[in-house]
Amino acid sequence: MKKIFLAISFLLAGYNMVLAQETVYPAPAQTSVIFLKNATLHLGNGTVIENGVIGFSQGKIIAVGANAPIPAAIKVYDLQGQHVYPGIIAPNTNLGLVEVEAVRATDDATEVGELNPSVRAIVSYNTDSKVINTLRVNGILLANIVPEGGLLSGSSSVVQLDGWNWEDAAYKTDNGLHVYLPRLLVRSNPFGPGAGLGNDVIKSSLDRIEKLKVFFREAKAYLAEPKHTATNLKFESTRRLFSKDEKLFIHCELVKEMLIATQFADEFGFDVVIVGGTDAWQIADILHQKNIAVIVNQPHSLPLSQDDDVDQPYKTPAQLQKAGVLFCIGNEGFWQQRNLMFNAGTAAAYGLGKEEALRAITLNAAKILGIDKVTGSLEVGKDANIVVSTGDILDMRTNNITQAFIQGREISLDNKQKQLYERYKYKYGIK
Amino acid sequence: MKNGLSLFNPAGRISRRRMPALLWPGGFCVLAGLLWPSVMQAQQTFPVNGVADPRINCYAFTHATLVKDPQTTLANATLVIREGRIVTAAPGAAVPLDAVVIDCKGKYIYPSFIDLYSDYGVTVAPRAGRNYGAGPQFISSTKGAYNWNQAIRAEVNASALFAADFGKAATLREAGFGTVLTHAQDGIARGSGAVVTLAAERENKVLLKARASAHYTFNKGSSTQDYPGSLMGCIALLRQTYLDAQWYKSQPAREGQNLSLQAWNENQSLPQIFEAADKWNVLRADKIGDEFGVQYIFKAGGNEYQRLPEMAATKGTFILPVNFPAAYDVEDPNDARFLALSDMKHWELAPTEPGAFEKAGIPFCLTAADLKDVKSFLANVRKAIDYGLTPEKALEALTRVPASLLKISDQVGTLEPGKLANFLVTSGPLFNENTVLYQNWVQGIRYVLKNEGWQDIRGTYTLSVNGPQGNSQYTLLLKGSANTPALVVLQQDSIAGTFNIEDQFVKIAFPLTKNGSRTLRLSGLAGAGSWNGTGLDTSGNPVKWTSTYANGYTPTADSSKKKVPADLGKIYYPFLGDGFETKPKQQDILIKNATVWTSESESVLPNTDVLLRGGKIAQIGKNLAAANARVIDGTGKYLTAGIIDEHSHIAISSGVNEGSQSVTSEVRIADVINPEDINIYRQLSGGVTTSHLLHGSANTIGGQSQLVKLRWGANAEEMKFTNWDPFIKFALGENVKQSNWGDRQRERFPQTRMGVEQVLYDAFTRAHDYDQEGPGKRRDLELDALVEILHHKRFITCHSYVQSEINMLMHTADHFGFTINTFTHILEGYKVADKMKAHGAGAGTFADWWAYKMEVLDAIPYNAMLMQQEGLTVAINSDDAEMARRLNQEAAKTVKYGGNTEADAWKMVTINPAKLLHIADRVGSIKTGKDADVVLWSDNPLSIYAKAEKTIVDGIVYFDRDLDTQMHQRITAEKNRLVQKMLAEKKKGGGTQKAVPTRDDHYHCEDLQGGHQNDLLDGDAVAEAGQ
Repeated sequence: MKKIFLAISFLLAGYNMVLAQETVYPAPAQTSVIFLKNATLHLGNGTVIENGVIGFSQGKIIAVGANAPIPAAIKVYDLQGQHVYPGIIAPNTNLGLVEVEAVRATDDATEVGELNPSVRAIVSYNTDSKVINTLRVNGILLANIVPEGGLLSGSSSVVQLDGWNWEDAAYKTDNGLHVYLPRLLVRSNPFGPGAGLGNDVIKSSLDRIEKLKVFFREAKAYLAEPKHTATNLKFESTRRLFSKDEKLFIHCELVKEMLIATQFADEFGFDVVIVGGTDAWQIADILHQKNIAVIVNQPHSLPLSQDDDVDQPYKTPAQLQKAGVLFCIGNEGFWQQRNLMFNAGTAAAYGLGKEEALRAITLNAAKILGIDKVTGSLEVGKDANIVVSTGDILDMRTNNITQAFIQGREISLDNKQKQLYERYKYKYGIK
Repeated sequence: MKNGLSLFNPAGRISRRRMPALLWPGGFCVLAGLLWPSVMQAQQTFPVNGVADPRINCYAFTHATLVKDPQTTLANATLVIREGRIVTAAPGAAVPLDAVVIDCKGKYIYPSFIDLYSDYGVTVAPRAGRNYGAGPQFISSTKGAYNWNQAIRAEVNASALFAADFGKAATLREAGFGTVLTHAQDGIARGSGAVVTLAAERENKVLLKARASAHYTFNKGSSTQDYPGSLMGCIALLRQTYLDAQWYKSQPAREGQNLSLQAWNENQSLPQIFEAADKWNVLRADKIGDEFGVQYIFKAGGNEYQRLPEMAATKGTFILPVNFPAAYDVEDPNDARFLALSDMKHWELAPTEPGAFEKAGIPFCLTAADLKDVKSFLANVRKAIDYGLTPEKALEALTRVPASLLKISDQVGTLEPGKLANFLVTSGPLFNENTVLYQNWVQGIRYVLKNEGWQDIRGTYTLSVNGPQGNSQYTLLLKGSANTPALVVLQQDSIAGTFNIEDQFVKIAFPLTKNGSRTLRLSGLAGAGSWNGTGLDTSGNPVKWTSTYANGYTPTADSSKKKVPADLGKIYYPFLGDGFETKPKQQDILIKNATVWTSESESVLPNTDVLLRGGKIAQIGKNLAAANARVIDGTGKYLTAGIIDEHSHIAISSGVNEGSQSVTSEVRIADVINPEDINIYRQLSGGVTTSHLLHGSANTIGGQSQLVKLRWGANAEEMKFTNWDPFIKFALGENVKQSNWGDRQRERFPQTRMGVEQVLYDAFTRAHDYDQEGPGKRRDLELDALVEILHHKRFITCHSYVQSEINMLMHTADHFGFTINTFTHILEGYKVADKMKAHGAGAGTFADWWAYKMEVLDAIPYNAMLMQQEGLTVAINSDDAEMARRLNQEAAKTVKYGGNTEADAWKMVTINPAKLLHIADRVGSIKTGKDADVVLWSDNPLSIYAKAEKTIVDGIVYFDRDLDTQMHQRITAEKNRLVQKMLAEKKKGGGTQKAVPTRDDHYHCEDLQGGHQNDLLDGDAVAEAGQ
């Protein structure tokens, strides 16, 4: 019965897809030089240039400044009154791995098994997801596609959001392995796992963590020996972690969990990034001292405890910034990513400030994902990942993207939802 | 001592006339604990195997301090009992010739305690672990001519199930109890309770009253039936059963025999006891009682002290537990991170409950129920006395009050002639810390609780030891407490020895010299006149010894004083860290020079003053002045009407869905408002002032909703928005056809959108026929609500997604002649906005949700704008405790998606939801005469940078950002104070409990069972499915 139902659902979904964005094509490579002028440039590194000029050629930024000279006889957009930003980066998402949350057949984000370091998110990334274009239209141009499931879930890759297929989209492949730490907290849910087990829950969590450490110890030993009679794919896939070509993203939230996360840096010398870090504000100084970066949970969250400040999640980013922690702002889910910039806006309102909030979804995200040499800010030599908005991009009241460029290619801002909008405007005769 | 292991029968050992002095000096009764089911006069109908042994068990207790009742204490009095009953209780009363005399000089006699909340001797089926993967169970699985609902067990009589449990009886007697009211603690209606004594005798003799009470709760116990699956369902079931039982009196042919309803009716004349177990549940139960003319006795849960005026207003008597929580183990600050101040404060204040009830004049008794260990009962009562309960009231609560509630005062409760000989013999005033309970007599049978110390043997003795080494004399001193005297051998350099007396056997051991390594060991009998026996000297040679009493011992006076706990924290309203110590008051407030967004036709008024007076918006204009008004400078700020959330699930207790049946219009959110949900405060901080609390979307016809104002600190009734048009929640689509509930949930009708239509047609057809039915019909709460819809007295807000089902519902409504007031979620409303307009429906929707399930694949963020452009009244609502704090931002998304004007966007969270809820004449805009529900914002209210600085409801400032900062400093300070206090408690050796996270349940539409906390703290929620 279920199968039949799902099959029917799929026929419906398929029908809908026909209506949608099939005629929205990925943009071709940048061929002509483009300049944008008379705009307020928000570089992503904290600098704002009023009435600025930015030029890019063959996908790279070639000029940024207040009075950068504009070569003659090329394409120039006069953006009087508009704002220019680096493309926003979603640092932690299952975009393209899941299409409909409640439909299992569309979920390719969660693999079974406890230790899956060789699993790669990039190969499941669906460039034809109808969600992708709904993010671009709000200014998101890059995303880190993250696998889930088990303890060590596999590697994420950064994609740019305008590709024919995942090879096209791959921006930085296998930038990090993802660990999901078990919760080190006795829960109070009377129905949930571990309810009433007291310390056993903690102990079994610690046992799992110890198994992960043992795995890395054995991987390290394995990698020290050049020849093997039996190849271990799991160990092999940690090689770039030990060489620091990849980072270890540890998903955890509470103080004890984060302290454990720092042990992976101490013992193995990994580049550790905490993902989540809801309570990171409590140990911001420790994280700063140990150079642990944080992809912090979305500010649009409820406080963890009834006694927490009502605006605690809103002000956590500012507290991390004040302590000198390298952090960027994350957002749950996939379709929800289109509100990432508004989460940054809330953090801006609660002490972070607008340009720092922008940095927390652009340059800092690029640094944490290992792509800051090529993107994250509007600087000469970096990829021309650029967004133009008529107003403040961080505020939904003013966020209105008119143009966007990925590697210099001007991408379409159309999407399935706009097309449905047009369809029913047509029905009702609305102009 | 266990039953059957007693060493000897006391009556056989003790002479009829006068008890011999078993131990010199005078009258030391060496009596073992006795459980011997035959001492009481045998029942006439039972044959005797052997020689008959009839007893009259006449005893006289002389020279006692007799506490006949809490107000009457007789010094040097005599209590005479015979055949299990009291004969006389007075000073100088004559001692009958056939009485065994027990000298109680120095001792106190009290009535034994009565516990009204016990399951003694009545075992019930263990609660079946609910198998959430199993299919649904629609009707009771109880075999027989009983009720449709398995949790209605009115037919159960505890007396029929009762089997004396001597072990458990002994434990209860040790705690001081002589009589209990026991009942089968299973089900929502639990049938009748029975009064039994705790004598270790045949059931026939101890059963005092077979049908003494009727019992109810909100806990369905072992019932495996799906309904009710929520607290509001329990309440509806009780209400419907009251109605059904009334109707059943007419012996309706359609019902046949229903033994449960018959018993229910028979039980109504008994005292009605409701286990509420929580302050709010007390009020919920009381409301049911008020509706059906029943005054319940409430079994409390221990937090009722937090709402004393409300408790007093129930006019009920309470059964208070004394299971005061142990301190939390807060040594690890990270583990204690999620232990909320509310739980910590409850730890500190729980022992004040009985004393607080006494001060408030609320009648109560005390129970040992809920205690993990009954042995701690008396210690906890004493703790309650330390925290303000008077000893007189404590005794009252344990004796006379419960006896009178059960109308058994002629039998128990005080020591009056004719009553049962149920009494305690103690070493002193009952509630003094060091007082020992020696004996608990039940129905004239002695049960020894403690022998040691009955006779004070402390004093000096001359010990003579004869052995191969000749005769040695020692002077012994027994000092310390009477229960466990300590031995000192008096000589130049006194030696501490060990001394032990058990029953009548004495053990003495001591070294001959101080720090000597060898010990003299003696064993013997504490006989009348002297102690003597045998032993071994330090060389192992046998010796004989005698010991004779020389002088008494004068103990040093007990210097321990009543422990008065210092610095108790204050009660907060609500009882959370963010609660108020004193509830905020309505003020006259003049907001000066603000940019006022009115949500009226003239949408923005720059530099304008607004005067709030008497809870209303009194005046709007320039340069207003008002004497005595609090002036707030609004320069540079924005003033708007409070946000109205048309779709909310906050502030709801124990379940937002009664999803067990497809039609549950009988359940009411009004019954389960939780005024202490922290999300109320959080949403005030986001500018919300009114919320429409909806039933979930698990079934087609859900429950009745409730409109509330966010009056932080009020109780449930006070939160209600008065005089509003009642609404009900309907739902369509994937949730009601259980699409995402797993493979086992494939039985409940409907499983398709075709079936959903049929559920609706069937329900309204039944309602229509019911409405036409003549007098004498069975009143049906489910159909009553639907009839209200048919008569346009109740309005529908319907969860809906796809255009086909929206269309279908409007056709159904048209067929039955009513209008769908509001479609919520309505993410495909844009596809049929023209039809909705023609039907007359409005819309409450989300700004930009989609992709979480199949039916939202075509959801678009332009939906709200398209519907507005087609002329619908459109609201943006939350369905989410987090998003509800930012509804201003969600409204702003309509500016982004579809180019709404700011004025119209703002209306989507103020006047438009007010219109949808039929309250636009009272709230939703800034207009003279409307309720003073306003918000002062730091910035353009639609901006991401805007903060609600003050949120005012009825002219009362419930949220103030400056005050919030102070409140959080107070939380930190108060938490630290309690942490230090708990650490000290742990250091003292007081028991502790694990500091588990405090639960803060919140709900979405589809949550079927308990809600969930912040996801990070929750385990996997049960049967939860998307939005």
